Amino acid sequence: MIDVKRVSFTYPNGTEALREVSIRVRDGEFLAVMGQNGAGKTTLVKLFNGLLKPTSGKVLVDNVNTKDTSVAKLARSVGFVFQNPDNQLFCETVEEEISFALRNFGFDESRVKRRVTWALNLLGLNEYRKTSPFMLSGGERKRVALASVLAWDPKVVVMDEPTIGQDHRQKEKLRQFIIQLNSQGKTVVIVTHDVEFVAECAPRIVLMSSGRIVAEGSSKEILTDPETLTKASIVVPQITQVFMGLADLGFQFDVIDLLSAKKLLSERLIKK
Amino acid sequence: MSFFDGLKFRRVDSAVHLMDPRVKFFYVFAIFAVAILFYELLPLIILFFVQIPFVILARVQREWIRSLRGAVFLAAVIFGTNLLFKFIYGGYSLAPSDLEHASAMTLRFLVLVESFSIFFLTTSPDHLGLALEQSHIPYEFCFAFTTAVRFVPVLAEEAQTIMDAQKARGLELEKGNFLKRIRNYIPILIPLIISAIRRSLELAEAMESRAWGAIQKRTNFYVLMLRKADYSMIIISILILVMGIYIRFNVPIPSFSP
Repeated sequence: MIDVKRVSFTYPNGTEALREVSIRVRDGEFLAVMGQNGAGKTTLVKLFNGLLKPTSGKVLVDNVNTKDTSVAKLARSVGFVFQNPDNQLFCETVEEEISFALRNFGFDESRVKRRVTWALNLLGLNEYRKTSPFMLSGGERKRVALASVLAWDPKVVVMDEPTIGQDHRQKEKLRQFIIQLNSQGKTVVIVTHDVEFVAECAPRIVLMSSGRIVAEGSSKEILTDPETLTKASIVVPQITQVFMGLADLGFQFDVIDLLSAKKLLSERLIKK
Repeated sequence: MSFFDGLKFRRVDSAVHLMDPRVKFFYVFAIFAVAILFYELLPLIILFFVQIPFVILARVQREWIRSLRGAVFLAAVIFGTNLLFKFIYGGYSLAPSDLEHASAMTLRFLVLVESFSIFFLTTSPDHLGLALEQSHIPYEFCFAFTTAVRFVPVLAEEAQTIMDAQKARGLELEKGNFLKRIRNYIPILIPLIISAIRRSLELAEAMESRAWGAIQKRTNFYVLMLRKADYSMIIISILILVMGIYIRFNVPIPSFSP
């Protein structure tokens, strides 16, 4: 469990990124942190593995204050996938790239091998085992970065903007993958402003704007509330917009995903 | 990164900021030359304090002190090595004059840092590029130079992100012996270099697509012109230079140690 208690954070250059933020990430939860650029989303999640230490307030990861321990120790339980895979790839082969963190955490060689194979298979990267990560496409590099974090099986996985630069099919794959991880008991936190993606995933949402949490709740509550979304400069999902337009036909507009939209519409059509 | 912070330009409305960068560069050159001329402590102390009025005039005291603080480590290394070699070559003993010599060498370094930091703290990269251009240096070189200067903060930020990304994968930079610690930086340097190369290629493409180099003779909206303050700065610099050379060859310099 990650407990953020009245945390403020100011960058050395004086930017106030977080103001008195409190939030709790429970074990096994699927959470999306949303908000416009510069709202403090990335700053907030960087507190989770101690990359940033709060200026005031405290962050507890499984009851350990992040101020009292190192990033390397926290990273063992809180994996962090950065937005840009090019910020971390440096090895000659995908295989080595994935084993880098495992060796840092002191896994023995047989375990490293096992975990690497497992991670490669999990993300469908087995054919690239001996390829240089720099030869891969953007989407594949992103998957390598993800694999290199999942390989050590952290309890919590934080993903910063996982959908950026992914085409529809990759996004759909990613969505299923995240849901699968979550259903296996992993805590998943994603940082994003991809409304459509979040609408299909239906996680709990934390909405941020200028360093503060402006709303917190289920996807259905948050994403169908245009007033709250506007505060964070986020647009209502397209599906919900359609249903808002259909309000005069007696439709409720608390619909966010394609599946339930299809169900509602076909029910109505059959009735006619 | 604190040392680089001490060289980062911040816009301040002061007489020193408005000065022609070429004149300021001449001033740095004069201080540099005089500092190299002397290896005694007294003149270097004077040289150190002579520059403080400029710092105050430019209102960059805080940044200036930060750049000096950033230089402390190197200064300590210089002091240490000087003392060490005096010790070894002086037959494994130290005289007070050796201490004075080592302090003088350290102070010389600090004087150089001081003058360079005054220059960079008060000269915007654009101004600097303009000065280069109007010194008839080919525009390609000026552009390369200003671009390099402009990319320093961008790269510093990128390096920080990469460090975070690798720390999040369990990399501990401060772990292990000296060699291991150097090796720890490989996972930082490779992504950094690759992204710098990528960025430069992208920049080249972007420039070409905007017809860079289509016109041979470029003109500038802003033209540098020498003003009263510039002339007085030139006179001060020449005075420092001439006095330095005169004292070097004609005046015996008293020593602090007997």
